[in-house]
Amino acid sequence: MCLAIPGQIVELAPGGHLATVEVSKVRRTINIDLLEPPPAPGEWVLIHVGFAMSRISDREAAEQLRLLAMLGEDAQAMAELDGYEFGPSSQ
Amino acid sequence: MTTTIALPRVQAFGDVQVEMAHGAGGKASRRLVEGLIVPALMPETSGEPLNDAASVTVGSEQLAITTDSFVVRPLRFRGGSIGDLAVNGTVNDLAVAGATPLALVCSLIVEAGTPSETLRSEMLAVGEAARRAGVRIVGGDTKVVEHGKADGLYITTTGLGRVDPRARLSPAWVRPGDRILVTGHIGDHGITVLLARGDLDLAADLGSDTRSVYPFAAALVDAVGADLRWMRDPTRGGLATSLNEIARDCGLCFVLEEELVPVRDEVRGACELLGLDPLHIANEGQIVAIVAGASAESALDAIRSVRGGEAAAIVGRVDAAPARTVLAVASYGGTRVVDMLVGDPLPRIC
Amino acid sequence: MKYVDEFRDPRLIRQASDEIRRLVDPSRPYRIMEVCGGHTHAIYRFALADLLPPNIELVHGPGCPVCVLPMGRIDEGLSLVDEHEAIFTTFGDVMRVPGRHGSPLERQARGAEIRMVYSPLDALKLARERPDRHVVFFAIGFETTAPSTALTLKRARELDVTNFTVFSNHVTIVPAIRAILDSPDMRLDAFIGPGHVSTVIGARPYAFIARDYRKPVVISGFEPLDLLQSIVMILRQLRDGRAEVENQYGRTVPWDGNLPALRALADVFELRPHFEWRGLGFISQSALKLRAEYASWDAEARFAMAGVSVADPKAAQCGEVLKGVLKPHQCKLFGRECTPEMPVGALMVSSEGACAAYFSYVHRRMAAAEQAT
Repeated sequence: MCLAIPGQIVELAPGGHLATVEVSKVRRTINIDLLEPPPAPGEWVLIHVGFAMSRISDREAAEQLRLLAMLGEDAQAMAELDGYEFGPSSQ
Repeated sequence: MTTTIALPRVQAFGDVQVEMAHGAGGKASRRLVEGLIVPALMPETSGEPLNDAASVTVGSEQLAITTDSFVVRPLRFRGGSIGDLAVNGTVNDLAVAGATPLALVCSLIVEAGTPSETLRSEMLAVGEAARRAGVRIVGGDTKVVEHGKADGLYITTTGLGRVDPRARLSPAWVRPGDRILVTGHIGDHGITVLLARGDLDLAADLGSDTRSVYPFAAALVDAVGADLRWMRDPTRGGLATSLNEIARDCGLCFVLEEELVPVRDEVRGACELLGLDPLHIANEGQIVAIVAGASAESALDAIRSVRGGEAAAIVGRVDAAPARTVLAVASYGGTRVVDMLVGDPLPRIC
Repeated sequence: MKYVDEFRDPRLIRQASDEIRRLVDPSRPYRIMEVCGGHTHAIYRFALADLLPPNIELVHGPGCPVCVLPMGRIDEGLSLVDEHEAIFTTFGDVMRVPGRHGSPLERQARGAEIRMVYSPLDALKLARERPDRHVVFFAIGFETTAPSTALTLKRARELDVTNFTVFSNHVTIVPAIRAILDSPDMRLDAFIGPGHVSTVIGARPYAFIARDYRKPVVISGFEPLDLLQSIVMILRQLRDGRAEVENQYGRTVPWDGNLPALRALADVFELRPHFEWRGLGFISQSALKLRAEYASWDAEARFAMAGVSVADPKAAQCGEVLKGVLKPHQCKLFGRECTPEMPVGALMVSSEGACAAYFSYVHRRMAAAEQAT
């Protein structure tokens, strides 16, 4: 369930409850009351039914992609140990 | 035009009443047209593929005639208005039938209470769109209905054109190995109108793509002649619906490469936010064309050399099987079936 | 699109798919349930089954809030339009769900004032713009969506809006998972845990699955790489004989959940003693109703509602499909009396319902392939 999309905070509205968020050049006003502390412009958040649900951590995203990239490297390393090559490196 | 393709048997229309879904351009619309309207009006053609324009032979000339009604809320939106749609929509139906648009008649149903300024703006839009498209408005009709009955204004246009003898368009000519081309970005119009309604509170720098596609159609016929198998302007129901229609009519498989389909960032963003698929969103200024494989590059060059065709792309191919199916292949190879739209695309939150 | 495109990288997808093949024991079947309807939709949209070895079966769970809604609730919501001239507002997902006298969309075509909204705040805004009419918001969703309804209700109370109520059909995910685990038909090896519900409730609520039932749970994101990586993590647990809760969606799911969201839920909602779930029957403590302090904004408190229970048509096997006991095409009505155009049950309506997904993405392809042979 739950279609939630990453969006970037563009600006905060006066009052502290609302912010403009941008998703691939589309903007919407969303409520930020579920995030403590409030997000700052430039931060990425997950948006669902007009509310920011959580922050998105760039560090964790990068770490995750690094782990995923290693899957292939691990396999290649293991294969070389076995003396079997997968072929030209795609890296 | 007769074909030798066996089509699935047409079912009589069994719904108790007409619903909005029947006007959305997808499966339900097709059932209404094929199951109720065609058998009543043109029983001798029942079961044959339906085309955007009909051809009529007058002496030695082959003419094309088509009609379309335009119903849109709101009447004005970024990039155009109902007046533009009314002209371009009919011009485009003639163009994809391989015809040069000659003249239009224009029938209005105006809701009582509509400001005269609104009507004037739309008539100016109609006139301007006709000038840009190079077609004459030669007549029409006007009716006024009670307040509450017409969303402001409904326009129906009927267009007449002369079929280019070099155009040989039919589902019967489509072959495995043919290529699928589009003339530009898809989804612009439908998303523009959705945003213009204001219910969803989304803002984007996006406008309708409404325009005459005749220059592209003419360029295609010029460049590749009979290697152009079939064309359609993918309006309501989007690219997916048009491809499902040709797939059904010719019995073959149409495979889209998702990465190649041109979609603007704004349309992609709006679709992701709302849970919509750009392939199901209406276009008002595009052609989807099926061209013989060997001529696909020439066809693409021909479209791209027409102003406004810079974003044209080859987006897929025709396979023999699975029959009557439209597939979309992702960059990593995952393949999904792309279905015809059921009703209007509805945003979702789940 | 950032945080989307990177997780659709073809090279990384192929690598993850290869890793899955390396980890899988070809001699045994794997039955992994994805609880969340959003994951069901993603699996079909991204054709992930194409990337998995044939002995991994993805079983679709009951995490589709529209699918598990009993038909009677739609009828009750719509009765407010008939009896109190209310404007009925809801999400797009609900518009095509069949009620006894038509879906909200069909009722709209017949003149009822039904408005689709993107956010519950839009429904509240409408109520403030239309003081002459009552506006009811038909709320659906799991814990992902309930906090937004809660904040909307707090705002309604702050502003003392008198013509706005919520008809709550919010349900909670843990009791549904427990019902699946306790079901005698259950033969599951592991769970792909809900992604967005977990941004609210965190990872701790799933601990009982690993501890008491010895099944691995991996909370997953929704992009192809997320789901594939989650399956890698599940396979590693199974290979190692572990049963733990892991968080693959760590870039946005906090282990402890979202405190402001949980506070909002506690302030506004309480658990119903029990609630009827289509297919799973009555489950205790599984659904949210408004607290007494919010009675003025609770449609069920303000308007006498009969609590109608409407059974699914006899032949429909929605329940079994929801529990993963049957595959959609094994239901007797699938593709015949029940199609996306003429849905009998909500699983065929909701874009994340197993039946709708199966119909659109797979069934037609299979039928076409059969025709060709």
